[in-house]
Amino acid sequence: MEQFIQQLVNGISLGSIYALIALGYTMVYGIVKLINFAHGDVFMVGAFIGFYSITILDLGFFPALLISMAACAIFGVLIERIAYKPLRNATRIAALITAIGVSLFIEYGTIYIRGAQPEAYPNNIVPLKSLEIFGVKISGQSIMILAVSIFLMIVLQFIVHKTKIGKAMRAVSHDMDAAKLMGINVNNTISATFAIGSALAGAAGVVFGMYYTKIEPLMGIIPGLKAFVAAVLGGIGIIPGAMAGGLLLGVIEALVSATGGSLWRDAVAFIVLILILIFRPAGLFGKNVREKV
Amino acid sequence: MRKKKLAGIFMSLMVAAGVMAGCNSSSTGGEEDKGGTIKIGANLELSGGVASYGQSIKEGIDLALEEINKEGIDGKKLKLVPFDNKSEAPEAINGATKLISQDKVVAIIGAATSGNTKAQIEIAQSSSVPLLTPTGTADDVTVKGGKLNDFVFRTCFIDPFQGTVAANFASKDLNAKSAAIFIDSASDYSKGLAASFKELFEKKGGKIVKEEAYVAKDTDFHAQLTNIKGEQPDFIFVPGYYEEVGLIVKQARELGIDVPMMGADGWDSPKLIELAGKDALNNTFITNHYSSGDSDTKVQDFVKAFKAKYKDKSPDAFNALGYDSAYFIADAIKRAGSGDSKKIQKALAETDGLELVTGKMKLDKNHNPIKSAVILEYKDGEQTFKTKVSPE
Repeated sequence: MEQFIQQLVNGISLGSIYALIALGYTMVYGIVKLINFAHGDVFMVGAFIGFYSITILDLGFFPALLISMAACAIFGVLIERIAYKPLRNATRIAALITAIGVSLFIEYGTIYIRGAQPEAYPNNIVPLKSLEIFGVKISGQSIMILAVSIFLMIVLQFIVHKTKIGKAMRAVSHDMDAAKLMGINVNNTISATFAIGSALAGAAGVVFGMYYTKIEPLMGIIPGLKAFVAAVLGGIGIIPGAMAGGLLLGVIEALVSATGGSLWRDAVAFIVLILILIFRPAGLFGKNVREKV
Repeated sequence: MRKKKLAGIFMSLMVAAGVMAGCNSSSTGGEEDKGGTIKIGANLELSGGVASYGQSIKEGIDLALEEINKEGIDGKKLKLVPFDNKSEAPEAINGATKLISQDKVVAIIGAATSGNTKAQIEIAQSSSVPLLTPTGTADDVTVKGGKLNDFVFRTCFIDPFQGTVAANFASKDLNAKSAAIFIDSASDYSKGLAASFKELFEKKGGKIVKEEAYVAKDTDFHAQLTNIKGEQPDFIFVPGYYEEVGLIVKQARELGIDVPMMGADGWDSPKLIELAGKDALNNTFITNHYSSGDSDTKVQDFVKAFKAKYKDKSPDAFNALGYDSAYFIADAIKRAGSGDSKKIQKALAETDGLELVTGKMKLDKNHNPIKSAVILEYKDGEQTFKTKVSPE
């Protein structure tokens, strides 16, 4: 029993990171119907910006998190303006292939700039003690990851549902042309979406580095794909769905490993993707299709 | 497939060219020239991907030859002919051909990696020149398909040996009755070590309570470690490479696993300490070829001589194995009493009880050295010499 709860805790910590990345995926898809495969690489860039803020600028965890989020927001907007905007009226497959190209460009650009060697996040950036409840160890970092993820999700829900830019986002996702006719600046709205989504990926990068220590230029590939699975699992375009999908996927993976299938872990994640696409293509939260943001 | 074929054609052409070039002289094997020097080739990774290995080995060889040449062997001096194989197998083939047919070396030291060593085997075998790798640990370097490559030797022990040393240490010194094994299922190195560990540990009455696996490049090991923790083993064997092992050690300690953990030379990197953190690494051990902290006088003399020659640099395992390789060959030349490659080969194979920095050397029937390994313990992020283990 102890062991089972410990595995759940392990899964939720991993799942919170998937959830943070999945939030960005799902937002961008909700607005422009583009699967932004470069999202996992923005996550990687965020991890490195956080790392350099901590080691070179000698900052603490929260300032590093904010710097990384801000830098990734700008980076996300740049990617959108340079690579995706010219293709806005092109076929969706063209945009998808561009996204893959951007992803590879960021990965190997990073390797060109700083080399492929891994980097280790300094230990004890967050001096949180780990809790022990009935023999289950919950590290301070896991609690913080979950707290950061939930907090950012709430902020995101607030932005989407209570602010003017959120209203514009919902309008654009509903019908881009009609929104344009109603005087909404579609380009700015899309940029804002990319900025917010990329900032979340940047936050996920810093949190990942703190929890798993090792960061390297190709670290975004697998978490990026898993976050995509999480977004589809929850229903792509739905914010609480992405959160739930991420947590669920993390727990599924931990339980697969726990039953001795550690080598099957990645395979199971993608089997989940295939099953959900076959049986429930709109995702677990997919009924609510009228408002996709 | 195509690549293999091309490499094959290329290789046979090179061998043919080598043989033809050798036609002018009386023999294709190396011989001593009239000036009283005996030439030894060094086909090493002096540039390219694993250049640091090759350069370290060459530093060791240079130091050894300097010492040997003070007296010389029967009045003759040894001369090193270095060749840079750029860390690539085709270049290693070129190098072997050039060293044998053009420079007429009596033996070749190199290469540092098993792959680049294997590339030269055919040439060494066909021209009967001994090939001695200081650090190629794969078991199929000296034996191919059950058949001995009789002109190929090595100075280092082979991978599975470290597994048996770890098993010995765990059951004898740490008094472990139960152990868990956590392997990298994508690596032959890791699997080989785990298999030999398991065999000996069980033979000594220990019990393997859990076997878990991961794949290289994974970052999350919590689930497997929680399973291991549930079985409460006395000891955990993790034969992997430092990138993953660093994270495994860290995550294990976070989950409250405080039993001793142990690995092999794959852990030996400063990055490991960064990744795992100094505290988490306490109570972990590795087996290695050599330690500069060994109090043996042979080792301390070597460390002193090395520091004097290379500006106070502390010698690592590659330096030591390069140094030993040169002595290994010099000893064989002395016993052979001549610079004839075939006689040197025979003398190398008969080596028994030669005292080297990395241990007392004796070859088994597969040309693998039977010699001691050292066990190092991490204390506050520093490797400290723990003990030396002789093979049984």
